[in-house]
Amino acid sequence: MTQSELVETDLLAQLRAGDETAFEALVARQYATMLAVAMTYVKGRAVAEEVVQDTWLAVIEGLDRFEGRSSLKTWIISILVNKARTRGVREARTIPFTALAPEDDEPAVPRERFRGRDDAFPGHWRAYPARWHASAETAVHDRETLQVVVRAIAELPLAQQTVIRMRDVEGYSPDEVCKMLDISEGNQRVLLHRARSRVRAELERYIDG
Amino acid sequence: MADGTAISCQEVVEVVTDYLEGKLSPDDAAILEAHLKLCEGCQFYLDQMRITIAAVGRIEDDEVPAELHDTVLAAFRNRRV
Repeated sequence: MTQSELVETDLLAQLRAGDETAFEALVARQYATMLAVAMTYVKGRAVAEEVVQDTWLAVIEGLDRFEGRSSLKTWIISILVNKARTRGVREARTIPFTALAPEDDEPAVPRERFRGRDDAFPGHWRAYPARWHASAETAVHDRETLQVVVRAIAELPLAQQTVIRMRDVEGYSPDEVCKMLDISEGNQRVLLHRARSRVRAELERYIDG
Repeated sequence: MADGTAISCQEVVEVVTDYLEGKLSPDDAAILEAHLKLCEGCQFYLDQMRITIAAVGRIEDDEVPAELHDTVLAAFRNRRV
């Protein structure tokens, strides 16, 4: 059993035993991701919050029946997606998840930061990005810096928000994310790439001033 | 030895995620790694990306709206009875 499978088994046992602290922690940990997923299907935060709430009620009800064929969190998200989809259909708002991916070819780093075609070194940095080694500790521990990250994520298109949260906050595998959101592996990676690139750019703006 | 000049910095920043995800072909990964050996700017960029990923992994949980929290917690408690 892998580490994360062990954690999952423990968590499931805790929930079944009625451990409120474990339950509250899970609700809090999953909240932003669940909200982002719900909002890709339904209109408005209030409705999305209802979907999240309904999902938890269904999870609580189904806890004893859960057979562990998928991971607990994957199961929770699949219930959420079903509920959000149904609600979205009722609202006549059925945009496939992939349609939320931007079509434009937004570069990870603005083109003007690289030398032009006529230069001796086309495509090479005009000025190097800064060395962050000294700021690395701060970046991952400083509250204010983490707030910059939170804001940067909040401003991403919903599909990117969902994927970066699932991958880099919740730690789902690429495979799990593809299954939960019903997107291709390539699509998942493009969304992740865009999201991480944008968050990096915001951090750069903050750290380097 | 792979040719690190076969890829430009502008191209590197677009394939870092593929690289970090282990999705580059062995040949392309070798070219990228050769480029990194030559180019401090891209090394720094890759470090920035890694630091970014680490920072994203450490953000705090969002506040759960009180009503939602109370409703689901009450349901969880009732399940025990």
